[in-house]
Amino acid sequence: MNVERGQDGHEASAGREGRAARVGSRFGAWMSLAVIGFLYAVPLVWGFLVSLKTAGQAAAPGLGVLPRFESESGEVSLFSVAYWSRFIEQAAANYRDVWTSPIADFPLYLRNSLLVAVLSVLGTLVSSSIVAYGFSRLQWRGRDAVFTLVLATMMVPQAVVIAPSYLIFRELGWIGSFAPLWAPAWFSGASSVFMLRQFFLTIPRELDEAARIDGCSHVGVFVRVILPLSRPALAAVGLFQFVASWNDFLGPLVFLNHQEQYTLQLGLANYYAQHGGTPWNLVMAFSTLVVLPVLLLFLLTRRLFVEGVATQGLKE
Amino acid sequence: MKRSPFLVALPWITPWIIGFAAFLAAPIAMSLWYSLNDYSLLEPAAFVGLDNYKELAGDPLFWRVTRNTLVYGLVSSGLAVVLSLLIAALLEARVRGAALVRAIVFIPTLVPAVSGAVSWLWLFNPRFGLINSALSAVGVDGPDWLGSTAWAMPSLVVMGLWVIGSSVLVYSAALRDVPRALYESASIDGVGRIGRFRHVTLPLVSPAILFNGVMSLIWSLQLFAPPHLMTRGGPEETTYTYSMYVYNNAFIYGRMGYASALAWLQILVTLALTLIVLAVGRRFVYYRAA
Repeated sequence: MNVERGQDGHEASAGREGRAARVGSRFGAWMSLAVIGFLYAVPLVWGFLVSLKTAGQAAAPGLGVLPRFESESGEVSLFSVAYWSRFIEQAAANYRDVWTSPIADFPLYLRNSLLVAVLSVLGTLVSSSIVAYGFSRLQWRGRDAVFTLVLATMMVPQAVVIAPSYLIFRELGWIGSFAPLWAPAWFSGASSVFMLRQFFLTIPRELDEAARIDGCSHVGVFVRVILPLSRPALAAVGLFQFVASWNDFLGPLVFLNHQEQYTLQLGLANYYAQHGGTPWNLVMAFSTLVVLPVLLLFLLTRRLFVEGVATQGLKE
Repeated sequence: MKRSPFLVALPWITPWIIGFAAFLAAPIAMSLWYSLNDYSLLEPAAFVGLDNYKELAGDPLFWRVTRNTLVYGLVSSGLAVVLSLLIAALLEARVRGAALVRAIVFIPTLVPAVSGAVSWLWLFNPRFGLINSALSAVGVDGPDWLGSTAWAMPSLVVMGLWVIGSSVLVYSAALRDVPRALYESASIDGVGRIGRFRHVTLPLVSPAILFNGVMSLIWSLQLFAPPHLMTRGGPEETTYTYSMYVYNNAFIYGRMGYASALAWLQILVTLALTLIVLAVGRRFVYYRAA
């Protein structure tokens, strides 16, 4: 009896200590996450804050977060209407300078980027869903072996094949046009095919069997059954392709020749190089405008992104 | 489901076959041929046999960029695997604000390389950058990060660790799949916190560790945009990477033949390293019976 009571008492105290340790460790986890979140946010947030300052302040040392303005009577107080009207004026002037810059045609680069991204998204949606149907709804000899090859191509990084790709696009006469940037997307991408196939496999087969009995062909099943049920997966694939095309730097760098064809990424690289590091506020404003569309897409569709990335890890 | 003949499936997978042949197999085959040629893109190629490969062996810059790239690849992917697992484990503590931190950590993976580069150039700026401003506030005189032979490469490694959000998400999914019951029974058996991590968590997320390790190794071995934009490979070639050398030979020096030999070697070495990591990793990875 005594022994048992002793044990009980021991466990109870261990429970109390355990609870204290748990609260302590939760606080530790919270603190660590706060530090991590802060550190990971700094590069972008700071860039944005610099984009609001004057050129002089952007290139001055110090930890000042907000812009500062001077008037005849000294520094304008943060708690005055005058401060915020100067603030808005300065920010608007920076962003207007970027938009109308004589050395970088921002609206044109924006149009080029959108053109490439939209054509790539359309291409990848059409072609990858067709291919994914072939790898999920049809059973044919050698399918799994070929699908392994598809997955293997996902491991081939762009930089490794960029010089060889140049040779083929040169052969096709595509160098100096947008075609190398969007045409390959019309022949399906490995990760898009993978994501769509995984999704198609979750659609109950009874649905297409029923459609087949009603006389639907494979094309009918694909268009009337599979595609309408796959909207979330198609949206995720489209998003990923949009971000990949929008963010592509190496492709435009290698395949485009003229400044009129620059995408925003090339435009920003060029803008920074031409400015040689002087007006950092403008470089940061340009950069903020380039990041913004992708960031907005992410904030609007966070779940699609998160689930998409998580699926990628399941292919082993 | 009845087995369809290959001819029924063929039209469906034709887009992939064409894309694979035209945009992957053909370029790789063509570059194998051009690697045996002296080819400036301006004049017709001239067959030179293995001369490009022989030149490689005696090219000090080739060895320099290879060493830089391997060092960066191993260090940054090793650190990334550990740091992202740590962050994912912290996020699983489910404290207030964890969802926000998860989003903040993921966002850098969406930031285009050029925007990332200008932001970090500014942070690393020796005179007015945030890092040195913060250091001087605590009385430390920070170095010229990207301009010093000692700090340029470590700076790029740090910048690479900013972009580990996808690994974190893959770990998070794996961590959530670990059955609670296993932790509970380990606790009852008197296994401590570290023991539970070592004997329950690690084996069960080991497939994710292998996946993340292989992916980040492959991607870090092709590092191009940050050094190209931020350091041009300097100072004294300390940040000159392999992909930059391929790019410069192909498109700046007009030596497509030599660049093709370099690219071929890069493909083979990347493949070999991936297979080695997979083979070694498989021995430590625990796959649950499905």
